[in-house]
Amino acid sequence: MTQNMVLPKPYRVLDIIQETDLEYTFRVQTNEQVEHGQFFQVSLPKIGEAPISVSAIDDGSVELTIRSVGKVTNELFRLAAGDSLFMRGPYGNSFPLHEFRGKDLVIIAGGTGVSPIRSTVKYFYRHPDELQSLHLIVGFKNKNSILFREDLKNFATRFHTIYTLDDEKEPGFEKGLVTEHVSKIPFSDFGDYNVVIVGPPVMMHFTALECMKHGASEDRMWLSFERRMSCGVGKCGHCKVDSTYICLDGPVFNYTVAKWLLD
Amino acid sequence: MSYHLSFRRMNQILHELQREYRVFAPVRFEKRGRFSDTDMIRYAEIQRMEDIVHEEKSAFSPKEVFFPITQSILQFTEFDYRESPTHDKKLLVFARPCDINGVRRLDRVLLENGGYEDYYYKRLREKVKFVLMECREGWDTCFCVSMGANATKDYSLAVRFQEGDVDVEVREESFQPLFAGETPTDFSPEFVAKNEVTVRIPAIRDRETLAKVKNLDMWKSYDKRCQSCGACNAVCITCSCFTTSDVVYTENGDLGERRRVWASCQHEDFTAMAGGHRFRVTPGSRLRFRALHKVYDYKERFKTEHMCVGCGRCTDHCPEFISFSTMINRLSDEVEKLNGAEVL
Repeated sequence: MTQNMVLPKPYRVLDIIQETDLEYTFRVQTNEQVEHGQFFQVSLPKIGEAPISVSAIDDGSVELTIRSVGKVTNELFRLAAGDSLFMRGPYGNSFPLHEFRGKDLVIIAGGTGVSPIRSTVKYFYRHPDELQSLHLIVGFKNKNSILFREDLKNFATRFHTIYTLDDEKEPGFEKGLVTEHVSKIPFSDFGDYNVVIVGPPVMMHFTALECMKHGASEDRMWLSFERRMSCGVGKCGHCKVDSTYICLDGPVFNYTVAKWLLD
Repeated sequence: MSYHLSFRRMNQILHELQREYRVFAPVRFEKRGRFSDTDMIRYAEIQRMEDIVHEEKSAFSPKEVFFPITQSILQFTEFDYRESPTHDKKLLVFARPCDINGVRRLDRVLLENGGYEDYYYKRLREKVKFVLMECREGWDTCFCVSMGANATKDYSLAVRFQEGDVDVEVREESFQPLFAGETPTDFSPEFVAKNEVTVRIPAIRDRETLAKVKNLDMWKSYDKRCQSCGACNAVCITCSCFTTSDVVYTENGDLGERRRVWASCQHEDFTAMAGGHRFRVTPGSRLRFRALHKVYDYKERFKTEHMCVGCGRCTDHCPEFISFSTMINRLSDEVEKLNGAEVL
């Protein structure tokens, strides 16, 4: 008998951490093999299901950082530690950490795009020797939308970090868009390198162009896409762009592929 | 082997088959058509040959028999949930060659894409056997020949309707005993050899051309005309998209189900994410998405045939009279211009 791919399983919520007024991080007990950049279909019976990216991977647990802007996510916020949420997955491909090792790495993320890259940054925070260098640029709209404040402070002790707010000032944050700081990345000093860009479509587009302007080559850049999905396994059709299914072929794409996925 | 039977005799055989099978075919729903005083032809369970409408094209495709418009996938009680059950009868479906070929396209997406099998599709699909309804002429919006979907060998029985009689070819071994003693004939189904409409498939050569195709002005010309109603998706034999949502049955919310419902890429919320961001915001861009899926993307991904089978139902049922075949030929002209321009 075919395995029922859309049958979710209950997972225990270990902890819930408030990040902002709108965003909470759920730490969920699981022994599933999860790779950096993958996502789960997260659901609550009688409410619905939505794709959520993994924001941290630990022994026996994963973290999901969720913004309260939809029916499913609003309802998730009523959970408490000890309750269960339902998941299936993980789905999708992941950031190519094997490509990153031993090289310089640049990670540029904006807004909720910080969630999918957080587990990768945390991994290299624990294994700094695996990289030549890490340049991290993280941007938020304003001080009320800053995620992972503690992590950001820690990352600043080991990596070259630039944190920005679009239109506000705050200690540790510069004013302006992430694209305005790309010029500070010493691409010309790098040997081999990779660039990860995650954020809203417009942000990814202009950040990639800016990186290329400063010497980054297309095939060294990696983007992660966010799309509506009902299944996560290439059936429902919602995430299809041209002949690509974001859930199956992504969400992570090399820029040489990503640049064509427009619509 | 092929046989000539009266409807009366064929009905007895159908009756015999109905111990194991539910039999579906296009039937007439009187005065239920889209225009006043017209009938609707669509699939429903039949009891006898006289129920079958074979001289008209059905408005809906047969996919709803095994890929229902609304399908319960999980059932919830207060503290528990379980997989929604299904009936255990096999399905015998009367279908034209274009539709049988269309089901192969559904199979590829729902059973093969990404190496995942859709459990709910499979559990009904594997019950299905087809009765080919011979189709030699087609109708004015058909272009099955252009799509190479006019013929098939994938059937258990094939029938040619005559006045109160029927010729039947029996390919399914297990059905042979039912026809023992009937009058043999040399019937073998014929297929449409030429449609009134010919469709030229756009010769999109590479990603650069595809990017230009997406930006063609022709798509904008549909912005006002297309109402984004999704009728084209609903009647299409190859459209497989669905949306999953949860519903509660009871006031206190204790009982409910997770269900999926056919989705339309023409609806403006098809790509909408929590928070409101969406893609393909104009009707023309969504029409472009559907057109390219049917005559480019699908083949590009699976390296097989095109998705569209040329049944013409999308053209038949567009309330704004947008002709899909005309659109594709127009697209082919535009692509030819793009290809020509590159040579110069």
